[in-house]
Amino acid sequence: MTLLNRLDTKGSPYLYVTPFFLLFGVFGLFPLLYTGYVSFNDWDLLDAGEHTWVGLANYRELLHDPYFWNALGNTLSIWVLSTVPQLLAALWIAHLLNHRLRARTSLRMGVLLPNITSIVAVTIVFTQMFGRDFGMINWLLGLTGLGPVDWQANTWSSHLAISVIVAWRWTGYNALIYLASMQAIPHDLYEAAELDGASSGQQFWRITVPQLRPTIIFTAVISTIGGLQVMAEPLLFAGSSTPTGGSDRQFQTAALFMYEQGFREFRFGYASAIAWTLCLVIAVFAIANYLLTRRIANDEE
Amino acid sequence: MTVLTDKPPSARTAVAAPKRPSRRRRFGYPRRASVWTYGALLAVVAGSVFPLYWSFVVSSQTSEAVAQVPPVLIPGGHLFDNIAWVFDSTDFAQALLNSFIVSASVTISVVFFSTLAGFAFAKLRFRGRKVLLALAIGTSVVPQQLGIIPLYLLMAKLGWTDRLAAVIVPGLVTAFGVFFMTQYLGRAVPDELLEAGRMDGCGTFGLYWHVVLPAARPAAAVLGLFTFMQAWNDFFWPLVVLQNNATVQVALSSLASGYTTDYTLTLTGTVLATVPILVIFMVLGRQIVGGIMQGAIKG
Repeated sequence: MTLLNRLDTKGSPYLYVTPFFLLFGVFGLFPLLYTGYVSFNDWDLLDAGEHTWVGLANYRELLHDPYFWNALGNTLSIWVLSTVPQLLAALWIAHLLNHRLRARTSLRMGVLLPNITSIVAVTIVFTQMFGRDFGMINWLLGLTGLGPVDWQANTWSSHLAISVIVAWRWTGYNALIYLASMQAIPHDLYEAAELDGASSGQQFWRITVPQLRPTIIFTAVISTIGGLQVMAEPLLFAGSSTPTGGSDRQFQTAALFMYEQGFREFRFGYASAIAWTLCLVIAVFAIANYLLTRRIANDEE
Repeated sequence: MTVLTDKPPSARTAVAAPKRPSRRRRFGYPRRASVWTYGALLAVVAGSVFPLYWSFVVSSQTSEAVAQVPPVLIPGGHLFDNIAWVFDSTDFAQALLNSFIVSASVTISVVFFSTLAGFAFAKLRFRGRKVLLALAIGTSVVPQQLGIIPLYLLMAKLGWTDRLAAVIVPGLVTAFGVFFMTQYLGRAVPDELLEAGRMDGCGTFGLYWHVVLPAARPAAAVLGLFTFMQAWNDFFWPLVVLQNNATVQVALSSLASGYTTDYTLTLTGTVLATVPILVIFMVLGRQIVGGIMQGAIKG
């Protein structure tokens, strides 16, 4: 009995955390590492899984593939266009919500609503609204005297439209995260600033923003990791099932390029090389962003 | 603190910290909202709601009405015709059923295993606890979407392509769930309660079943909601692995990318796919908002 007891207290904690690590190992980590192995092979799904070791050939091809550089450029452009305005707007909305408000919960729910709807639903609705002929946005532009825009056809307009879709879905979520941190700021800081005659704008930039530093860094890093993997929005924005991101690949992202090469061209080795390269890019940008936001927030202190 | 701010000033001072009541009342943080604040917030909420409202409007109109300029902004009477049209066009009923099966199984499992792991991390002492917890949280930054090719090969080997298991099994427990429950149980379950359970002869699993699970109920509900919505909205992996046995999101995407896309049809599908999530959100939105904000503070 005592032996069983000791076995229970010593052993069971490990047993209880095992399901998570097991599952992550099998379905998360192993596939990502194995992607590396696949990327060194000529691996064609149509040859019944036949594969031959080709060393760095896939990577060499990738570095000379204009489609890849195009996709990487599009990814960065959409990421910047969606993330920067999104986080600034979230900060502003959080500031608005950080007042004594009536219908507080309803307002917070209203802000969060976009985030609970699926990417597919959101993209379909916006694609309709961005429609060339009957879209609401072109109709509104027409009212202000601006000509209709063929949103899908141009590089800049498609990037802008996709960024709006991404940002619409995530701004409210980030606003609530900022709001939670704002509420944790000690009130004494504001009281002292008020006594010193600081305006509310000064209080916002000198107290609120520096106090939110860890949260801002966190959201910047998380939206980097997510933003550089964007693929469903450009896939569905095209309005067809072709994963090229428009007829001239004007809005194909890197993750979408990976999907095209893997599951349309069935070039698993090449697609895996894209995956690992993108992984590296994400790591570099996440770390750079961490250092950058840390520095910016530091300067404001 | 946040609870207090909702009450009128008189009630607030009555419960406020007795040490400096006059100061708190004079400055009153957070500030009272001005008309401008309300106006700006209402504009933001309107922007949040409008696209969904619009999809509902389109889904209740005929296809001809959608092509009108200026656009119609008021719901019409064709919602049920359009719903019937969606069910005729694709096997949407099967897709809805698939999504319910996937989301419900994933939800139950995530709550069970996350609470179990959270219990171990928050309340049991074992060697390597801190390192393992940090490792578990760290896994959430791994871009798992990029491991999709070997994952597909693995599923093909298991014979799971086009089977719901391919979507259910990888999602049975999540890093977020483990982290969330660890945080909650650390605060919500007093050690004395566990000690009392031990005195009564409970083993660790007995403690989990009789003490921890009941105490975890509020957090389990929030985690369950998140998980259900996430599973319901999941798209990329089901698209790859369930080509001939679609979930709702996959069925919706194929409605939208047919050769002749009809917006009335696709937006009716969108409404059908969104309504279950919307109902959950209407009923339990307060808890969902609270869950996000709690996770944010601790994170």
